[in-house]
Amino acid sequence: MSAGTRRRLRSAPLYAIVWLVGVVMVTPLLYAFVSGFKSTDQLSQNTFGLPSPWVTSNYTDVLASGSFWRMLGSSTLIAVGTTVLTVGTAALAAFALARFAFRGRELLFTLFTAGLMFPFAVAILPLFVLLRTFGLLDNPWGVILPQAAFGLPMTIVILRGFFREIPGELEEAATLDGCSAFGFFWRILLPMARPALGTVSILAIVGSWNNFLLPLLVFSEQTWWTIPIGVQQFQGQYATDIARVFAYLVLAMVPALAFYAVAERQLIGGITMGATKG
Amino acid sequence: MASTYVKDPAPAPAPPKLPDTGAGRSRARRIVDWLTAFSFTLPALVLFGVLVLAPILYAVYVSLFNWGGFGSPSDYVGLDNYSRLLRDPVFLGDLWRGLLLVLFSVCVQLPFALGMAVLLNQKLRGRALYRTLFFAPYVLSEVITGVLFSMIFAPEDGLADHVLGAVGLDGLGGLWFADQDYVLPTLFLVMTWKYFGFHMMLYLAGLQGIPAELHEAARIDGAGPWQRFRHITLPLLGPTIRISVFLSVIGAIQLFDLVWVVTQGGPDHHSETMAVTMFQFGFKRFEIGYASAISIGMFLISLVFALIYQRSVLRRDTEGALTTMRASR
Repeated sequence: MSAGTRRRLRSAPLYAIVWLVGVVMVTPLLYAFVSGFKSTDQLSQNTFGLPSPWVTSNYTDVLASGSFWRMLGSSTLIAVGTTVLTVGTAALAAFALARFAFRGRELLFTLFTAGLMFPFAVAILPLFVLLRTFGLLDNPWGVILPQAAFGLPMTIVILRGFFREIPGELEEAATLDGCSAFGFFWRILLPMARPALGTVSILAIVGSWNNFLLPLLVFSEQTWWTIPIGVQQFQGQYATDIARVFAYLVLAMVPALAFYAVAERQLIGGITMGATKG
Repeated sequence: MASTYVKDPAPAPAPPKLPDTGAGRSRARRIVDWLTAFSFTLPALVLFGVLVLAPILYAVYVSLFNWGGFGSPSDYVGLDNYSRLLRDPVFLGDLWRGLLLVLFSVCVQLPFALGMAVLLNQKLRGRALYRTLFFAPYVLSEVITGVLFSMIFAPEDGLADHVLGAVGLDGLGGLWFADQDYVLPTLFLVMTWKYFGFHMMLYLAGLQGIPAELHEAARIDGAGPWQRFRHITLPLLGPTIRISVFLSVIGAIQLFDLVWVVTQGGPDHHSETMAVTMFQFGFKRFEIGYASAISIGMFLISLVFALIYQRSVLRRDTEGALTTMRASR
């Protein structure tokens, strides 16, 4: 037996293990995808096989319905709004907290980092009362503003760390050339911090996209429903037509998985960075 | 405004130095400087204060009242809501189930994630693909995950039962989420499917920070794979493991979406979590005062846990974690 064969034999169990785990991970997704092409009758009689015939109406019906696209639009709008607001305000604050020395700075920073420990669920009741008082129910701002506020701590912690590492000489040079503090921030610091801004933006987008509790409470009318609300409602509405729910689920997964495919590296980097710093 | 800010490029957090207070600078000048710095933080501070801090303080206040949510709270009951909380079998059950979930995670999910991380840290063919695949469920919302698995574990006719039937284990399946004894383990299976990839990625990042020379040297000294894992990998991965345990505990304390979508806490409270109980009282039964007491309870539990954990476990890591992070960049 050659050395190569022996090595291959020895690693065979390892391959078997990862392959098995891979199968367990992918089966639910694949099953949902294939089941979407069956009728519900086919699904219970022929669970494992390929659809015969392939029924495309489950998918096309969803795609032809206005409500799916409206939810996609409102999820996108809310994610973009949340991200712009979180990253914009957090960048300004992180700039001050990283590069100014002023009385109360550490206190402020501690306050923001303490926010890492406030989960949404803790504040949701009073938040709801507050939003009702301000008339922000059934209004996208009612979701965007709180999401941005709860996203601040993590974003500030990451950005502050990044801003601190930009050399001070750069700032001195800019100052000598007559750059104001804001000018330095806007024209030099932000362009240099593009990778970090990308990371925190991706975290904000994913967080907003998957949020459920807040939009569930804020949007009682369909107009602004986001994808997670839509999925839950659709399941309730078509409880007996399982194949149709599978098709809807698969279509609802597509944006998140596509986003993951495009931004995998930044997403994973951001999440591990957020976890180790937070 | 060139002199309004002080260069502070030190990478490590330093105590605040006040701007140069030499003779040339007046008190008014310093106030202007402070205002400049402060105005940068103002938008974030307003957002954070109004929508994070104020609601939490308001929850503390409301938890002292018997309040249905309309008008202003007037029926002051002192700490009654809290003493009711400590006698409420559902809330005590929430604590017990939370503890079970944490134990499941720490004893099963995290070791599994660590194992997969060690496996995928080796030169296996296709490992990049496996990493991508294992992490993928993390980007799906808990709602999508929940609905997907409520159909897969549908009583009698879901994929899970068909698979068990096909391999001759019909007896094992059954009601799944609808069974009082099965619901929590099934939920835990789903959580593992969704979250182990996240912990695996944390561990992989940690593993990459361990210098290969250490393993080389140990190998030359005759250490086997298990010994190398036990005496090199595990200790050096300590900070990462502790952070992942921390995140997993905090996650279990606030678990809501998944449970709400799949079981709403049922059957008969057997999958209920603190957040679900809070939601039931707050938004279904409109006992806002009592529900606020539950949220404050959740908050206190997270806070106490975080403080103790930081004191006793995380503190000694701070130094090490910082250097690892810098090295891995």
